[in-house]
Formats: sequence, C-alpha cells, structure tokens
Amino acid sequence: MNGLQVVFLLAALVSLFSAAMVVSARRMMHAALWLVLTLMGVAVIFVTLQSSFFAVVQVLVYVGAIAILIIFSVMLTRRVMEDHGDQILPGWRAAGLVAGLLFAIIVGFLALWQGFTTMLVELPADADNLLDLGQALVSPQGYALPFELASVLLVAALIGAITIAVDRKEDQHG
Amino acid sequence: MDFLRDPFGFVIQEYTGWLGGLGLPAVWVDIIAKLTGALVLATGAMLFVVFLIWYERKLIGRIQDRFGPNRVGPWGIFQPVADMLKIFTKEYITPIGADKFAYNLAPILAVAAVLLLWSVLPLSVTVVGTDLNVGLLFLVAVGGLGEMSYILAGWGSNNKYALLGAFRLVAQLISYEVPLVLSALVPVMLAGTLSVNGIVQAQESVWFIVAAPAAALIFFIASIAEIGRSPFDLIEAESELVAGYNIEYSGLKFGMFFVAEFLHAFTVSMIFATVFLGGWQGPGAAEIPVLGFVYLMLKTFVVYFVTILFRGTLPRFRIDQMMNLNWKVLTPLSLALIMAMAIVGGLTRELPVFWQVIAFLLVNLLLLGATDQLMRLSQSRKTKSNLPMQPLRKVLTTSTKHGAGE
Amino acid sequence: MLGNWLYIGIFALVALMMPALTIFIAGILSPKRPDPIKNSTYECGVETVGPNWTQIKIQYYVFALVFLIFDVEAVLLFPWAVAYQLLPLYAIIEGVLFLLILVVGFLYAWRKGALEWF
Repeated sequence: MNGLQVVFLLAALVSLFSAAMVVSARRMMHAALWLVLTLMGVAVIFVTLQSSFFAVVQVLVYVGAIAILIIFSVMLTRRVMEDHGDQILPGWRAAGLVAGLLFAIIVGFLALWQGFTTMLVELPADADNLLDLGQALVSPQGYALPFELASVLLVAALIGAITIAVDRKEDQHG
Repeated sequence: MDFLRDPFGFVIQEYTGWLGGLGLPAVWVDIIAKLTGALVLATGAMLFVVFLIWYERKLIGRIQDRFGPNRVGPWGIFQPVADMLKIFTKEYITPIGADKFAYNLAPILAVAAVLLLWSVLPLSVTVVGTDLNVGLLFLVAVGGLGEMSYILAGWGSNNKYALLGAFRLVAQLISYEVPLVLSALVPVMLAGTLSVNGIVQAQESVWFIVAAPAAALIFFIASIAEIGRSPFDLIEAESELVAGYNIEYSGLKFGMFFVAEFLHAFTVSMIFATVFLGGWQGPGAAEIPVLGFVYLMLKTFVVYFVTILFRGTLPRFRIDQMMNLNWKVLTPLSLALIMAMAIVGGLTRELPVFWQVIAFLLVNLLLLGATDQLMRLSQSRKTKSNLPMQPLRKVLTTSTKHGAGE
Repeated sequence: MLGNWLYIGIFALVALMMPALTIFIAGILSPKRPDPIKNSTYECGVETVGPNWTQIKIQYYVFALVFLIFDVEAVLLFPWAVAYQLLPLYAIIEGVLFLLILVVGFLYAWRKGALEWF
C-alpha cells in the first residue's frame, strides 16, 4: 500500500461521501457546496493519474464555472432557504435495485479489461504530454475535426441558453 | 562566496543534505523538506503583508497630500503591527442564524486561496516552490477557487445585503476571468509552455510586454478587477451595500479578508511581473541567483505602486460600466488579439526574432488604436442621440411663449 | 510530476491550517459577551424588514452561462497555444477558425442583449 494508493482511496472516499450528501442534503445550498467537494475529489483523482492539465481544468471549469452556475440557479428559485424535510422518495427500493444492477454491470465490464490489474507506471520526469495533446488536437490525423465541432457545439449551447434565458427576461420585464 | 551568491539555494541545499544525513527513509525526507519549504513560504508571505499595509497607507496618504501613519515608530512602520494587535483582541460577533460552517470557512478559504498562488511562482533561478508544468492555468484556477469563499461568506452571513453584495462580487469576478484567461493565452503562445518558470526563461532576450503590450494591458486590467480593488471595488465600498459580503464579520475573521485582499494585490503584481516583465530575468541574474530575486522584487513593487496609484486616483466604476468594459471592450479585443497574433506569428515564423517582435508589437498597437477609435465613435454616437438639453429647451421656449400667468 | 503535486497538496494544507490557527488563537484572546441585539442581522441599524433572502435577477445566471462557454473555449485553446511554436500554418488556421466560430456566437449574444446589465 504505497502513498499513491492511500491518496487515491482518500480522494475516492471523499468524493463518494460528498456525492451521497449532495443527493440527501436537506437544503439546496448545502447540496451545491457538497457538489464542490465532490468535484475537488475528482480533481485529486486526476492528479493521481498524472494528468495535471485535466486536474487544473477540472478545478477551473467545474469548480470555477459550473459550481457557480449551479449556485446561481439555486438562488434563482425562491424556496432555496427552506428545509424540505425528509428526502426519501416513495420508490426508493426500485431505484436502489436498478443502481446496484448498473454498478455490477459496469464493474463486470471493467474486470474483463486487462488494464484493470496492471499497476500505474510513473511517467519520466521530463515527459510533457501537454505538447503532444496540443499537436494531436489540430493534426488532421488526430482530433482536428472534433476540435472544430467542439466549437460549433459551444456556440450551439450559447445560442440555446440565450434563447431560453432572454425569453424569460422579456416575460419578466415585458 | 557561494552563500552570498545564492543564500536561499544554499540554505535549501544544506538543509536537505542535513535531513538526508539523519537516516530517515527517502520519502519522509522529501515530505519534511517540502513541509518546511511550504511553512517558510506561507509564513513569509503572511508576515510580509504587515509591510504591504504600511506601504499602501503611506503611499495613499502622500497621494492625498497628507502624511499617512507617522506616530507609531519612525515613519509609522509599527502602525500595522498595532492594528494587528488590536484586531486580535476584538470579539467575534456571529449573527443569529448564520450557517456556522460556511461563515467560519469563508475567511480561511479566502486566505488559503491567495497563499496557494505563491507555491508556483519562481523567486529566482534556483528558488521556486514547485515547477508545475501547468503553472499558469493553476494560478487562474486557484483564483476561481477564491470566488467560492465570497459566496460562502455572503450566504453564510444570513443577511440579504451580504448575499446581494457577494453575488454582485462573484458576477464581477467571473466576468473578468474571461479576458484574463484569454489574454493569458498570448504569453503561452510566445513561450510555448504553461509552466511559469518556462515563461520566465523564455523572456531571456525580450520581455513579453514589449512583444504583446495589448495582452499585458488586458491582463493587468482584468487582474485588478479580479482582486476587487479600485476602480473596481464597488462591492466593498462603504457607501454602497455597506461593505458587501463582510458586513457580518468582526475581529480577526474580518482581518483575514483584509489580509487576503492586500496579499492578493501583491501576488497579482508578482504574477504580472513574472509573466510579462521577465520575472527574475535581468543582467547577471542567471549566474547570481540572489540578484534575480532583487530584480523580481523591484519589478513587483513597480507594478504594485501602479496598482496603488489606480486606487488613489481613479473614481469608482458603476457596475453596468464595469460589465460594459468587460464584455464589450476587453473580451472582443482579446479574441481579436489572439487571432491576429496567431496569424502574424505563423507568417513570420522564419524571420529572426527581432523582426518577429516588431511584427507582434505593430499588430498590438494597431489593435489598441482600433479599439480606441471604436470606443470614441460609440461614445460620440451615444452623446449625439440622447441630448439632455432637449426637454429643457422645450420648457424654456414654452414658458417664454405663453408667459407666467397661464 | 507527482512530487510537484505532493508539494502543492502539502502547501494547500499549510495554507488552510495557518489562518485557521490564527483565527482560533484570536478566538481565545478575545472577549465573548453575546448579546441578542449585537447578534441581530445588520440592516443599516434598523430592524430587518421582510424575510432574510432576496431573489436575484436572471442577469446573473446569463452572465455565468456566457462565462462558462468562454471558459471552456479558452481551456480547449490552451493545448493549441502550448504547441503553437511547433505547428505548421494550417494548424494555426484551424485554431483561428475555432476562435472565429466562437466570435460568431459572441456577436449573437451581444445582439440578443445577453451582455447587458439591467
């Protein structure tokens, strides 16, 4: 049990616990804050995989943008400060069964994969995969088309979001 | 002689050598060495704030044609110490209904986010906390983490004015993060690496502020807006929203927000000096590392001086003016800048460095001039369309036409 | 690379512990005399009127949304910028094309009034 495994276990436990608290917190603002902790846990797991770029991007985009967006949208609803009582849904037994089945299927598929039992290799000290990522993103044999399609997707998301939000604003003020 | 040339590096080497000689397993030596380094850096940064507070108060005083603190000690240098002692002994007044966890975590997180920025900044050739290969993006990401502390403060205070102030502050911070991140792309393009030490070493021949002054300008303005200082400090202005997110804080918790703001201003000046002004680069800095540290401190203090000058002289922005500046001026300018610099850089790839720098400089100045002209055009268009004199003119002409007796 | 992150992890812990310790020490040194009037919520010196929350405008949400889109765009551009010095001209044009598509989206947002602060 070396240090890396301890760090991974801790990060995984923190993420799972926070995720459980997100869905069972009584006040929505608390749920949003537990979500932030879950996302930080995922960032630590990225670090154990030695992809520092994605760890930093996780913090920058998820915690710095998406969590704040979620908190703003939580604040937009009126009932955020109230305690909604018990969070138990009526059909929770069926939902738990489906979730357990799904988890078993995913773990089964993973166990059949050969990478599941190989140890992680630490990259050499001067390996900078960011340069390779950059070159792969724009090379025609690499991911050039998905790169451009990503920007189209972003513009589509922007237009969609503005259509919804600005319409509602005209409803409020018009 | 070795000690004089590089005191920090010498001490670090001696210390790690002594630790290794103690016979502990290698990983524990590593951890203890890193822990000591982190403790020294963090404590040094927090103690340095005392000097920063004195420097700023003296300078603001001089700008406003008065002395600033000069009673406590020669030139008032013990004034911040006295203030710190006072604030240590003030009572923590927690408002009723405050969420204990969020309310107490907010000042701690605010200071921690600023301290964490110091871990990747290179202080000289040999002294750097850690040379992370995504250093620049790490700096921006940790700044985003600091925004969470303001939301925690505003929401945890159980006060609707704190909440409003916190949301306006966070809206300002996230808006200005867009030109910050976009203009940070330019030094990355020029240096070819995201690591902060790599960016400093790429500025050996020419500082990036010469090659990309427009990017430096956008980065500087966005950084000042990110730390919430004048002229962007409407969220903590005493006359509006009564100090915003820290209404309900007292004692050292308030002091921690205060310390975080001052330290953030200095850290952001240091980041600007590192990324655009060449960091520890200077004549003789590569051979004599301590000279590099001196250069970095000089450059940082020049930038910090400009920050304080902004605070002392410029009037405060209204929030819609601030948002207009960000979304309608800085963001389009930074988008156009990246595209222009990318194309120009691609076209001048084969030319020697001198001509490349001249080409970049010309493109930047061109874009700045175009932005200036566009801003003047839109300003004149605005004043032409809504003349405030028209209704007044009507009143005057009608009153003289019909006389006073009607 | 993991050594770097170990340092950052240790530094983060130190950076969290320091202000926490200082606040704790000051908590011991300071007087504690809770009083219902002192602890009441601040509202310019008068009693609070209305409930303790306000509904925020939708403009905050629209700004956060536009910020998110541009944040993801900038993050996708960072690997391209790192590899910039080694890229041939057509790869640079690809990056500029990426930005141009987003400029179109930005202009749409501007015209639709999503960037106004009411």
